[in-house]
Amino acid sequence: MTVIPPEAIESEPTKPQAQRSAKGGGGLGRYVLVRFLLIFPTVFILVTLVFFLMRVIGNPITASVGGRLTPSQLQERLHAAGYDRPVFVQYLEYLGNIVRGDFGTTSTDNRPITEIIVTYGGATAELVFYALIVALLFGIPLGMLAAYVRDKWPDVLFRALAILTYATPVFFGGLLLKLVFSVWLGWLPLGDRASTRVSLILDNIPGATGIYIIDALRTGNAQVIGDVLLHAVLPALTLGLLTAGIFLRLVRANMIGSLGSEYVDAARSRGVRESRLVRTHAFRPALVPIITVMGLQIAMLLGGSVLTETTFGWRGLGFELNQYLSARDFVAVQGIVAMLAVIVAVTNFVVDVVAAFIDPRVRF
Amino acid sequence: MADTSLVDRHEPLWKRLPVVVQLRKSTGWQRGMLVTGVVICALYLVVALAAPLIAPYGFGQLQGADGQSFPRTGSPSPEHIWGTTVGGFDVFSRVVFGARTAVLVVVVAVVVSITIGVILGMVSGYLGGWLDRILVVVADAIYAFPSLLLAIVVSIVISGGNSSYSGGIVAAAISITVVYVPQYFRVVRAEAVRLRNEAFVESARVLGTNPWRIMTRHVLRNSTRSLPLILTLNASDAILTLAGLGFLGFGIGPTAGAEWGYDLSRALSDVASGVWWTGVFPGVAIVVLVLGVTFIGESLNDISDPRLRARRRLKQLVSRRGATSTEGAAA
Amino acid sequence: MTDAAQRLQADGDDGTSGSSDDRASRSSDDRASRSSTGRRSADGAPVAVVDDLTVTFATDGGAVDAVRGVSLDVRPGEVLALVGESGSGKSVTARSMLRLMPETATLGGAVYLDGTDVISVGAQKLRELRGTAGAMVFQEPSTALNPVFTVGWQIAEGLRAHGGVSKKEARATAIDYLRRVGIPDPEERVDHYPHQFSGGQKQRVVIASALALEPSVIIADEPTTALDVTVQAEILDLLRRCRDEFGAAIVIITHNMGVVADLADRVAVMYQGEVVEEAPAAQLFAAPQADYTKRLLAAVPRLEASTGTARRAAIAEDVTPLVSARGLEIEYPGRLGSPAFRAVKGVDLDIRPGEVLGLVGESGSGKTTIGRAIAGLTRITGGSLDVLGTEMLGYRERDFKRHRKDIGFVFQDPATSFNPLLTIAECVAEPLVVHGAERNPRAARKRVDELLEAVQLPAAYGDRYPHELSGGQRQRASLARSLALRPKLLIADEPTSALDVSVQARVLELFLDLQQDLGFASLFISHDLAVVGALSDRIAVLYRGDMVETGTTAQVLGAPQHPYTQRLLASLPVPDPAEQAERRRTLEALERAGS
Repeated sequence: MTVIPPEAIESEPTKPQAQRSAKGGGGLGRYVLVRFLLIFPTVFILVTLVFFLMRVIGNPITASVGGRLTPSQLQERLHAAGYDRPVFVQYLEYLGNIVRGDFGTTSTDNRPITEIIVTYGGATAELVFYALIVALLFGIPLGMLAAYVRDKWPDVLFRALAILTYATPVFFGGLLLKLVFSVWLGWLPLGDRASTRVSLILDNIPGATGIYIIDALRTGNAQVIGDVLLHAVLPALTLGLLTAGIFLRLVRANMIGSLGSEYVDAARSRGVRESRLVRTHAFRPALVPIITVMGLQIAMLLGGSVLTETTFGWRGLGFELNQYLSARDFVAVQGIVAMLAVIVAVTNFVVDVVAAFIDPRVRF
Repeated sequence: MADTSLVDRHEPLWKRLPVVVQLRKSTGWQRGMLVTGVVICALYLVVALAAPLIAPYGFGQLQGADGQSFPRTGSPSPEHIWGTTVGGFDVFSRVVFGARTAVLVVVVAVVVSITIGVILGMVSGYLGGWLDRILVVVADAIYAFPSLLLAIVVSIVISGGNSSYSGGIVAAAISITVVYVPQYFRVVRAEAVRLRNEAFVESARVLGTNPWRIMTRHVLRNSTRSLPLILTLNASDAILTLAGLGFLGFGIGPTAGAEWGYDLSRALSDVASGVWWTGVFPGVAIVVLVLGVTFIGESLNDISDPRLRARRRLKQLVSRRGATSTEGAAA
Repeated sequence: MTDAAQRLQADGDDGTSGSSDDRASRSSDDRASRSSTGRRSADGAPVAVVDDLTVTFATDGGAVDAVRGVSLDVRPGEVLALVGESGSGKSVTARSMLRLMPETATLGGAVYLDGTDVISVGAQKLRELRGTAGAMVFQEPSTALNPVFTVGWQIAEGLRAHGGVSKKEARATAIDYLRRVGIPDPEERVDHYPHQFSGGQKQRVVIASALALEPSVIIADEPTTALDVTVQAEILDLLRRCRDEFGAAIVIITHNMGVVADLADRVAVMYQGEVVEEAPAAQLFAAPQADYTKRLLAAVPRLEASTGTARRAAIAEDVTPLVSARGLEIEYPGRLGSPAFRAVKGVDLDIRPGEVLGLVGESGSGKTTIGRAIAGLTRITGGSLDVLGTEMLGYRERDFKRHRKDIGFVFQDPATSFNPLLTIAECVAEPLVVHGAERNPRAARKRVDELLEAVQLPAAYGDRYPHELSGGQRQRASLARSLALRPKLLIADEPTSALDVSVQARVLELFLDLQQDLGFASLFISHDLAVVGALSDRIAVLYRGDMVETGTTAQVLGAPQHPYTQRLLASLPVPDPAEQAERRRTLEALERAGS
């Protein structure tokens, strides 16, 4: 995946003469404000895009349940849901609803989208979290190492591995891992988030968050915790290793870039040892673009979670989305996708702010 | 990014083509990676073109010439070298025809998205103004969103749920296009913005050259230097997205055509019973093709960057006093 | 891997490196004794010896010998200047002294720092030598400092890399050296980031980080090339203090003969990888031996006040000027919430037909902005600017367009002045084609050849691509292109600043000849008073957007009125050690008189 730092996108013309940058702590505040304001157009565009795309196929109700109803029943449903009004009116109402937090109701099983998000969102968040941990644990240190031993065989090996994890689609990787570890070796469970018994327990404890690992820790029962963790291994590895490969190449490329800078040479001329140059001098400046891409990766992880959850029967948002897709329940799809747009925009905002925080040029 | 001095512009055109240039200038394992990638891609192209000749059966064929039905979930055998699926299709044939689908979709999608992305990026980057700002926000919004989900939505819209072969190809191709135009847009735009401030472009502006001439003569060819690399990265992404679409059921149905992702979705349930051949073969086909394309991309990136390019090493003796003999091996 | 965890790890690593126990036991007494005796205790023995050094690079075009058997020695407490133009190998020699070479380089011969051969020594010992035996000061201060760490941290890092120094001690030393190099409020500024310092201050920080390690020799690679003239004078002064007060030996690499005359005790001239002459400074300037040295010295533009008016007949006073600015203001809008930046704050100037107006100033003066505004590349925001009859305030492109053929522009950077994908002939033909004088580049070839000849380039060069020409050749081609339509006005924005001294001389000569033949008016923008003085009829001096002085060349250079002009003039180093010493005293007097 190409890495284009946001700075390259700024459309400001370069001044012909060197200009002293505006000094003062206002830098960070202003940056945060601008980025925050950008959330709205981003969400707006995506939500609009989804809405009108969905309308192109006709209204969702006809598409999903139309065949099963008589014309008058269909008319009734359409009228009740408001689909017989002019498109633009529907659009404005849709926007208004979103602002109020109402993303609609599914047409196949009549549940509010927000309820679906809340019920299953925790599972997806858990999966994404595991995957991120795996990705960071493997990707970043190995990437730094690869940059350090550049062009020698360990570097080639790491890059080959990184490319390999990237080339393997998530569902194929999951399939292979299942084959080896669940079927042939029998070490790990085949799928789902926990065995049926444990699931029952965790779903029913008072104040269940939906995030199994948290709930499991709250029970304090070692067996329960172990069960949850065992079920998490394969999905986390599947989704995580793919991202780890991307991080590895990203870290490696950025660090080779900063390792080639004059300031690293300057530090080297003062007798600073190579390992420290790599770990500290070259890594810190490379952090900013890395963190920014991490934000984009979270979006990718959300997409990937649809595939992973389906592969492993992990009942999260992605799994549910797939179910609704198969049932051709497009209202649900529209609602979930819109919600995801909001999540992605907010996540990117947070990530951008963190990156800006680390970069003193923005802060001061 | 690319090194102009790498290309001797006095040489005939074919020697100046992107991959050929790098092939001739590279050495060592960078070259090996490039060659491997090219070979793999060429192989898949051949298979895609000659699919009917290579595959023993059709992709939707359920019975042999003698009228005998194919076994269901049959393990690899002389008649079905890679076994059969639960539906009774020959795995090998489906993989071979799957190559055709993949190549078709990806080529169409990449060509269309590059054309749109480059033109938009160049115009937007060079002219700037409010059009530029709007396009940037739109492109960023699309770019940040999970590409697979967006592709699903677009695919639904286009195919309306039906799954004919050409319909499926078009749907997949267009959805991939929509998702990847922002990438080309961003890259070309960034270059155009940079070039806008270069001395030779400003020189043309001082002269009073009209904007269109500046864009075509000065900006366009100079902003597309990193395209071959982006192209390979996106091609590999596109292959994976297509497989993802197929996996989730938005590609092409089994009787309409062959698609690796779809086959993998069917194979998932086979795994529990230890049936491996229905999933492993299509999966490996995907992996190898993406590997090939990515190898080309990675080595293009390394070779084009003068800092990363490996050069033929000088063999020499370092002595303490004076004489340094060098056996230059550079051609 | 959190930031905090990283820092912890980094801190833990310092001073506990296993293999340098000997370093850790080095007591502070050792350091004190070294600094009190000056440098190396061995009296008179050289602190650095370069012995038949050869450096070869593996490039796309084959093996390139950058340095071919160079031998030098640096004695304690002296400044050795290594002079040469691009390609001479001087920078490579300097970097080889600390073995800071990329992997594509192969080194031969030996470089002795504190008695140890840097070329052949092992990595561990090399690391110990770096910083303590020799330290480097780099050319570009903004890239030599890591933007994400405070300056104090970076200085301290060098100290702690050699062991035996605690964080507190390192910080105290850093503050001490910041003060010594002239950074005000060092206790506070030690925690500031590089971008919070000006260019000159950044260079002081870099010098401080080199000094803090108390090296036997400081190697300064073009330390003032990226700085303004006035700042350059300050940094040179600082380096002189390093020699006088700290007793450091300095190797300074430069292409500027004025700098050499100002600072050096001994000079070594390099050309194409070899040392062609080596002599004490006074001797070199008074009686150069090698041909190349003589050529180099002859090519340096001299400050002669009389050049401008002696060359041509007086320009009539009552002719309508081609360009007329009154109260010209150019402002750049600030980003969200920040104030606008005023690049030009009310400037009056005239350019009459056939005259050369030199526009002088340092960075941030607004001189380039004015040049661009006249060419219609930048919009003006206030006052009035009349260019060839068109008022530029709020102008419409189609009104100005017909005048564009009367304006030519030469840019500073030869590397980016041409479209890399077009041949020189196609580039030079561009004005002719755009304005309809010729149908296409091929039809224009005859005129292109004439133009190339006029700038002393063989017609065959028209078939070459820009990267196949040298910097000087490209600037000449750029001149050819800008003169293709016989413009009335030629704007030259620092056209020779990126060129070597000898090349610069030829291009300036060419410019003069062409100006006399074709009689165009010119706005010649430069930061170099000597260059401007050699070409212009009149000079205008800019400072931070204001025009502080204007007049004929003789007036401005001979009897400057404004203190800034006087300072600018006094800061410019001339290639004559005796005269330069004199000028230094004048500059000091000026500064003491107040600024």
